[in-house]
Amino acid sequence: MKVQLRKLAHARSGDKGDTANVGLIALREEFYPILVREVTGDRVKDHFKGICQGDVERFELPNLGALNFLLHESLGGGGTLSLMTDAQGKTFSTALLRMMVEISDDEAQELGFG
Amino acid sequence: MKQVIRIAAGQGFWGDLPDAPVRQVEGGPIDYLMLDYLAEVTMSIMQKQKARDPNAGYAKDFVPLMKRILPACVDRNIRVTANAGGVNVKGCAEAVIAVARELGLAGKLRIGIVTGDDIMGRLDEFLENGIALRNMDTGEGLATIRDRIQSANVYLGAWPMVEALNKGAQIVITGRATDTGLTLAPLIHEFGWAADNWDMMAAGTIAGHIIECGAQASGGNCQFDWQNIPDMADVGFPIAEGSPDGSFVITKHEGTGGCVSVPSVKEQLVYEMGDPHEYITPDCVADFTTIRLEDDGKDRVRVNGIKGKPATEFLKVSISYSAGYKAVGTLVYSWPDAYEKAKAADKILRARLEKLGLRFDQVLTEFVGVNATHGPLAGLPSTEAAEVQLRVGVRGSDRTAVERFTKEIAPLILTGPPGVTGFAGGRPKVEEIVAYWPALIPKELVTPKVEVLEA
Repeated sequence: MKVQLRKLAHARSGDKGDTANVGLIALREEFYPILVREVTGDRVKDHFKGICQGDVERFELPNLGALNFLLHESLGGGGTLSLMTDAQGKTFSTALLRMMVEISDDEAQELGFG
Repeated sequence: MKQVIRIAAGQGFWGDLPDAPVRQVEGGPIDYLMLDYLAEVTMSIMQKQKARDPNAGYAKDFVPLMKRILPACVDRNIRVTANAGGVNVKGCAEAVIAVARELGLAGKLRIGIVTGDDIMGRLDEFLENGIALRNMDTGEGLATIRDRIQSANVYLGAWPMVEALNKGAQIVITGRATDTGLTLAPLIHEFGWAADNWDMMAAGTIAGHIIECGAQASGGNCQFDWQNIPDMADVGFPIAEGSPDGSFVITKHEGTGGCVSVPSVKEQLVYEMGDPHEYITPDCVADFTTIRLEDDGKDRVRVNGIKGKPATEFLKVSISYSAGYKAVGTLVYSWPDAYEKAKAADKILRARLEKLGLRFDQVLTEFVGVNATHGPLAGLPSTEAAEVQLRVGVRGSDRTAVERFTKEIAPLILTGPPGVTGFAGGRPKVEEIVAYWPALIPKELVTPKVEVLEA
């Protein structure tokens, strides 16, 4: 079944120049392996089509049950150069939580989705 | 040696809640107050202020704040680390000394100042000697913007502040210093950590990272269960309780609002994170994948296990330069078909700009209520949407063109689609863009200077 990422994770995002970072944190420990499996760099790049013009890098932080994504060339030049309302990428966190991810029926049952 | 040092964060940025530092001092026991004032482009603003008035060029708010809290700080031996000095550290220190004397604290207070971060006057020397100061993001050489530079400062780390504390400074004022150094320095000073004890350097750095954005670690901007975070009107700012072994607890004063929880600390840990294995500061390279968090009771999170690696041979330089002009104009369109009306207005506006022959580096249209935060991810709005804000921004090197653009917004009210309002603010303002140029410089070329002044 499909589950929206907001049911599995919370997030915070910020900026470094023209790069947005999104830290994605599992709401429960058991959700972390699903994030690792489903929320790949390629899928995030595809999710942010039309927003992220550059590469997407992904880093794993199993100690925090978190993934960190760097979305390059995403902030209209970044900092003071950007004309965007969200020049600092603050709402990329919730934008990522819109993503739908696939979990198996067994997982759904085990994790209480159903 | 004290076994626990309490370091309280008082400002997450220049412009944060004005009373937060006062409440940190008055709300319970603390040993240190750390105050971060400098955003990336703040230095250029201060450089301009100093050009107009040689006594200006620092965070002005810091002086009245000191006036309010100095008596309590002296009374209870609370020490302050602040990068409030901007481009005029000495001027800032002298203003604080004047306030201290007014309060009858002459002879009771030492103020440490850290300078040497300002390399504006040495740029040509560096360029001539083959230090290219290339943009870390784009790889471009500094020559492309040399004539437009407004400020150039090195990020200094914790050690010059440690020297000031070791010399008995109660207030340490720096220019450009890392936010994390403001927290790490007191821990080094109190616990006598060695410079190559990389795990301790990393632990203090991460403690600094957690509290440096103020309440963003204690319930502010926290997505996790945000509806149930109590009493945000009275939010408590975070406090790090450091121990000699590098472990620490994040907490806040009793009786304050907000929350310190494992999720609230995790959200702050990932904020503005790059490669988590390599969080690079002047003092060390911290590894965020080694952090262990534990619930330690109500509004207490214990942090331990942190590993660090040797610092690099470089310091980061923050250069600001003039990068043209921009302006943003907005109008609000109402039901029915608010989005269609806003789109039609944008078309008309763009056609007029085109006819005027105005050239910009960028013209950006956003529709607030439709796509300003999540872009195409949000999908199309309902035709029943109550309102949509049209928001158009332009950017370019020609000030006259940007100025002309600002005169084309309000006329749309009488010469465009119906049901429009939201122009009470008048014509948009033309802003000079001061952009940020990050670069690296070999450490040995920079010499921090520490002085201790008597009040």
